[in-house]
Amino acid sequence: MNAALAIFFVLAVIAVFGAISLIVQRHPIHSALSLILVMVALAGLYLLMGAEFVAAVQIIVYGGAVMVLFIFVIMLLNAGEEERTNFSRLALYAGIPLAVAVTGLIAASIVGSKAAAALPAAGPGTLTSTRTLSTLLFTEFVYPFELTSFLILVAILGAIVLAQREN
Amino acid sequence: MNAFLTNYAFLIVPIVKIAILVLIVLTVDAYLTWLERKVIAHIQARWGPHRTGPHGLLQPLADGVKFIFKEDPMPANVDKVAYFLAPFLTLMLAMTSLAVIPFGPQRFTVWGYQTSLGIADVNISLLVLFAITALAVYGVALAGWASNNKFSLLGGLRSSAQMISYELALTLSVVGVLLIAGDFSLRNIVEQQAGSGKGLLGWNVFPQIIGFLCFFIAAIAETNRVPFDLPEAESELVAGFHTEYASMKFAMFFIAEYTNMITASCLATILFFGGWLSPFPESWTFTHYLPSVFMIPFGLWVIFDGVRYENMFGRLLLPVVGAVITAIAAALIVFPVANDAIQGVFWFLAKVFAFLFVYIWMRGTLPRFRYDQLMSFGWKFLLPVSIANVILTSVVILWRMHG
Amino acid sequence: MIPTNYYLLLSAILFGLGIVAFVFKRNIITIFMAIELMLNAVNLAFVAFSQALGKPDGEVFVLFVVIVAAAEAAVGLGIIILTARNRRSLNVENVNLLKL
Repeated sequence: MNAALAIFFVLAVIAVFGAISLIVQRHPIHSALSLILVMVALAGLYLLMGAEFVAAVQIIVYGGAVMVLFIFVIMLLNAGEEERTNFSRLALYAGIPLAVAVTGLIAASIVGSKAAAALPAAGPGTLTSTRTLSTLLFTEFVYPFELTSFLILVAILGAIVLAQREN
Repeated sequence: MNAFLTNYAFLIVPIVKIAILVLIVLTVDAYLTWLERKVIAHIQARWGPHRTGPHGLLQPLADGVKFIFKEDPMPANVDKVAYFLAPFLTLMLAMTSLAVIPFGPQRFTVWGYQTSLGIADVNISLLVLFAITALAVYGVALAGWASNNKFSLLGGLRSSAQMISYELALTLSVVGVLLIAGDFSLRNIVEQQAGSGKGLLGWNVFPQIIGFLCFFIAAIAETNRVPFDLPEAESELVAGFHTEYASMKFAMFFIAEYTNMITASCLATILFFGGWLSPFPESWTFTHYLPSVFMIPFGLWVIFDGVRYENMFGRLLLPVVGAVITAIAAALIVFPVANDAIQGVFWFLAKVFAFLFVYIWMRGTLPRFRYDQLMSFGWKFLLPVSIANVILTSVVILWRMHG
Repeated sequence: MIPTNYYLLLSAILFGLGIVAFVFKRNIITIFMAIELMLNAVNLAFVAFSQALGKPDGEVFVLFVVIVAAAEAAVGLGIIILTARNRRSLNVENVNLLKL
């Protein structure tokens, strides 16, 4: 058990704890805080793998913009705690085992596949430099890049139109 | 013992550095409050703290004792998780941002572990600082929301909206420096300014003056200082996001604000003003004695002022402080090794304190923006100017490369 | 070095938890957050593969996923705000009519 594996387990436990807390918490703002915890843990995992730029983008864009938007909306709409209504017994007793089964199916198919086993380890090996990423982004992936900038423009216009008051 | 130190040096050395840095930064924060009160007072033609210790120098200690002993009430019906999380998060982020700032040029080896004068030397230190700035919005938003108070909520939402708006201008105004330096690492940005070979003119402020002005204005807005502190100043009028926070939690917000000021000043120095580089050319080696040349008259003046001070405590304390300062300055002249070692750190600290003085000066001089003026200034003026700076810088760089 | 399978397993677990949250929660905003969790799990798998194969293409695609998720969050939350204002509740069981 070297240091990298120990850090991986700590971050993985934090991420799973955040995801479970997202499900278990009753108030949406606590769920949002748990999701922020998951995102920060994932950024740590990206750093562990050597993808430093992606880790920084994850925190800046996801953790610093998208989740702030979520928290603003929860505060503006004054979302309260979920009321305890009659929870369907079928959902509780059949749903959770089924969810576990679906997850297990996905996991088993990943772990059991021969192609995945043939992959080398994705430890803290090479550091992907930002220069490599940006070269790729502007040479090979320039068409999706321009399309996403157009997509962001469309999203901004959509958000403005949706937020207008009806006159 | 030696083997233990060598094996675990990668853990022990950063921890020791962190402890030293936190102690220094907390002391600087405390005396920054003293400096602010004195400077603003003298701008307003009055004395500042004057009675607590000679020249009010023990005022931060008195404030600290007050914060410890004051009652820390918690309002009813608050969201406990968010209420406790907000000040901790704000302080933690403010302190973490100091970890990636390089303070001096030296690299040294301790117990076989190579390290530099700064806690962590990462490749993406500038991006780490942006990430921390992005996360700092949560402290304010959660603080405003967790207090069960409509005015706190509105103040918190306004403040976080302001921080998000100016964050964009902040990151874009730095892109010009990134294009020139070609690297995210703060240490490499300073090395590049040193390596341009033009001495003072190689500092990034000269090609990037627009970027520097946009950065400084956006940094003032990010740290919620005057003239952008309407969400905070509402606490003087109606309420702000830290209304319902008393003693220790308010102290955390307070310390976090001053630490953010220090980080913004350090960043402005490193990105635009050459970090630890001396403004004089390298060949003028007599400028290496400048720290002593400033400190010796200052120490002598403190002694001279101390022996004539009005009360006994001042007459005892001030000459001792003055004697220590003079002794350190004399030791620097006598031991050239020590003198060379502190050159970088001396210039870095001098520039950082110059920026902090500008911050405090602005607080004493300028009136506040109204909230709609603030938002329209950020979106309609600062952001387009930052984008124009990026475009202009890239055009000039491409023209130089191919022209 | 950490085997790639560990990262993929973590990605699968997070995806499964995202599905559970999506199905079981009744607040629209929480359901939307579960979608973001699933997107994050997929991002983790992308970066793990990208590092294992040694090509940075996976990381570029992660950047695209992040951008698209941000745009989707902006528009989706706008729709949620309007829906919540019209129906005065954030319960997804109330959004059961095709026409308001």
